[in-house]
Amino acid sequence: MAVTNTAALAANGQIKSRKLVNITVDGHEYQVGADQTLLEGLREAGIKVPTLCNWQGLHPAGACRVCVVELEGARTLVASCTQPIVDGMVVRTQTPRVRLARKINLELQLANHPEDCFYCQRNNNCELQTLAAEYGVERRYRGKRKQALNDVTSYALMRDPEKCILCQRCVTTCADVQAVACITPLKRGFDTTIGVAFGEGIGDSECVNCGQCTKVCPTGALVERDDLAKVYTALADPTKYVVAQIAPAVRVSLAQEFGMSPGADFTGKLVAGLKLVGFTKVFDTNYAADLTIMEEAAELVGRVKNNGPFPLVTSCCPAWIKFAEQYYPDHLENLSSCKSPQMMMGAVLHSEYAKKTEATRDGTFVVSMMPCTAKKWEMNKVSEGDVDVVLTTRELVRMLKREQINLAELEPVSFDPVFGASTWAPAIFGVSGGVAEAAIRTAYQMVTGEELPVPDFTPVRGLEGVKTTVVDVNGVQLRSAVISGLQNVRDFFAQGGWEDYHFIEVMACPGGCINGGGQPYSEHWPLRRLMESLYGIDKNMSWRRSHENPEIVDLYEQYLGAPNSEKAHHLLHRSYVDRSMDYLPQ
Amino acid sequence: MGVQTEVVSATEKRSTLIARLHEVQEREGYLPAVEIAAIAKEMGMSAAQVMGVATFYNHFRLRPPGKHSIKVCDGTACHVKGSNKLLDRIEAELNIQPGESTEDGMFTLHVVACLGACSMAPAMVIDDDVHGRVSPRQLKRILNSYRRRQ
Ligand code: SF4
Ligand code: SF4
Ligand code: SF4
Repeated sequence: MAVTNTAALAANGQIKSRKLVNITVDGHEYQVGADQTLLEGLREAGIKVPTLCNWQGLHPAGACRVCVVELEGARTLVASCTQPIVDGMVVRTQTPRVRLARKINLELQLANHPEDCFYCQRNNNCELQTLAAEYGVERRYRGKRKQALNDVTSYALMRDPEKCILCQRCVTTCADVQAVACITPLKRGFDTTIGVAFGEGIGDSECVNCGQCTKVCPTGALVERDDLAKVYTALADPTKYVVAQIAPAVRVSLAQEFGMSPGADFTGKLVAGLKLVGFTKVFDTNYAADLTIMEEAAELVGRVKNNGPFPLVTSCCPAWIKFAEQYYPDHLENLSSCKSPQMMMGAVLHSEYAKKTEATRDGTFVVSMMPCTAKKWEMNKVSEGDVDVVLTTRELVRMLKREQINLAELEPVSFDPVFGASTWAPAIFGVSGGVAEAAIRTAYQMVTGEELPVPDFTPVRGLEGVKTTVVDVNGVQLRSAVISGLQNVRDFFAQGGWEDYHFIEVMACPGGCINGGGQPYSEHWPLRRLMESLYGIDKNMSWRRSHENPEIVDLYEQYLGAPNSEKAHHLLHRSYVDRSMDYLPQ
Repeated sequence: MGVQTEVVSATEKRSTLIARLHEVQEREGYLPAVEIAAIAKEMGMSAAQVMGVATFYNHFRLRPPGKHSIKVCDGTACHVKGSNKLLDRIEAELNIQPGESTEDGMFTLHVVACLGACSMAPAMVIDDDVHGRVSPRQLKRILNSYRRRQ
């Protein structure tokens, strides 16, 4: 099984074949791996080469020609991203000729680009803008500019075709990493545009809203839908009781945005920051993740008793759910009926929590802080009022910066309790394998009355695309698999044998939610450090079993009865629809 | 739908796909959306990927041919007399490019080599009627007369 995400590969320390070549770059000798492109070799040697279309792990497009270098023996400059590396190459990367060519290529690009930086979501965070400044572009070319309307058909994404530089990173990501391929270059020449097969825009397509394409887009052409205005409106409305919930992956992804080292746990600082912004209460989505685990483990135990249907497949990732509804409509019974944690949290906050506070059901306004663009779609299409706004990590950072709140300077504050006295919970849900681990621990306890003896459930941890493990539960060999990245998912189900598993955790984003489509921009996202950070938070918790969380015990004792009870079903479960025909022409 | 995982050479796939699109266009006169979706399924590609190929080549039409066909002459005489401008105006008026049909299914636009009406340059032929020395004002009037004709 291939790991399609090379950020994950690199993080795993698995580097390609180690045959070496010698190259001379700008007068210095380097030894780097053979079997790679010149660009990759130069980067391995630590030499900075700009590019607007290449992306680690994606098939090179050779479209932007900003990565040109001088290669001895070649008549013209070569694009280093498509040039295979060869032993003995002599390369120059910083000559006036190279710099001028790059500058001209950028200027030509800008001649067909709107001068919208002030109004652009990527302002100060844009690869094109950064390179334009680095190369000192001048306004020397003028020509016809493409004109097109913004695509606002999606609940998760926004596209501005005028800012698109046709690098095709999004297209390759969608096809090769996520196996959806709903966006593609249409037409040719000057008229080329990235679009969908039928309908007006991305919202009318099989797009599963994973947002992986927005993470690779070098410009403001493809971004998350910005929902900050709705939050400000609610905060200014005295009839609203505005609360926030924070997903596990968000808290370890903020540090580098505020000048600290990546992966530092910013949980308490974020709670403090959101209070400053004006949120009345700030809750931990982990609380609902624990609820999800209780419900899902009870479902698993029920299926073990009834001999199926197996496997039980997790439902916390809305991008995976849409993918399943579109491509596996015959197997929807395999999906857990649990709502995603953000929806469970919203459901509890709008009902049982609202009852015990001054808030009302309608007045409670729940804002989810998520690493994920698909949660925006889920909120609009599925949640039926459980959640009111979803903000991605990127929007959250924008909001804090607009308010001039520097999280690094704040004193940590604890989460507000939902029920009971204090909040603690496993934090590992943000990383691929976390849900499976917690669910199996809890199911084991439900069946045997004992704790799973394995101290650290390592077999399903890590960033590989597919991981499997077997646990003996009272003589039943419980086989589970953990998959992330939708191309991996498609391969896994295509190769057969998936019916032999009892429990499968699926997350659409390679590596899990810490690599979510709403996370901060970076080609070298420090996945491994963030993952270690999440597991670290988990280790520091005095307990790590969902079924022993006193707040959870409270909720069941006082309101819901038992997991999978009728009341629990009403509040915390959902159903699925066959979407295989939704995006086909009639 | 979705993406096939086994590796077929991309060029091989593209030429098979183009052959399939030709077949359908020959039979239907254009590429209906349902057929595009069906071909995608059959070839293990996404509908968008098929659409990418279909829109890349001018030859393929995504709409049925319009009720009236407009042929704009781009022979030497007409070219000298400004057939480009005439074409631009028609494109702007109908919001289509050569080879395309209007959304209302009324017109299809073609550019052709000499029509043999050089004395009337720039010339165009709508259905079987030749129109010569067409001014912008006249263009609107002429098009409207075909719209009314049904
Ligand atoms: S995409 Fe970049 S260069 Fe273009 S308007 Fe936005 S910030 Fe400016
Ligand atoms: S959000 Fe995901 S499915 Fe949608 S276009 Fe982007 S990569 Fe493709
Ligand atoms: S939308 Fe962004 S990623 Fe996609 S082709 Fe355009 S610039 Fe590249």
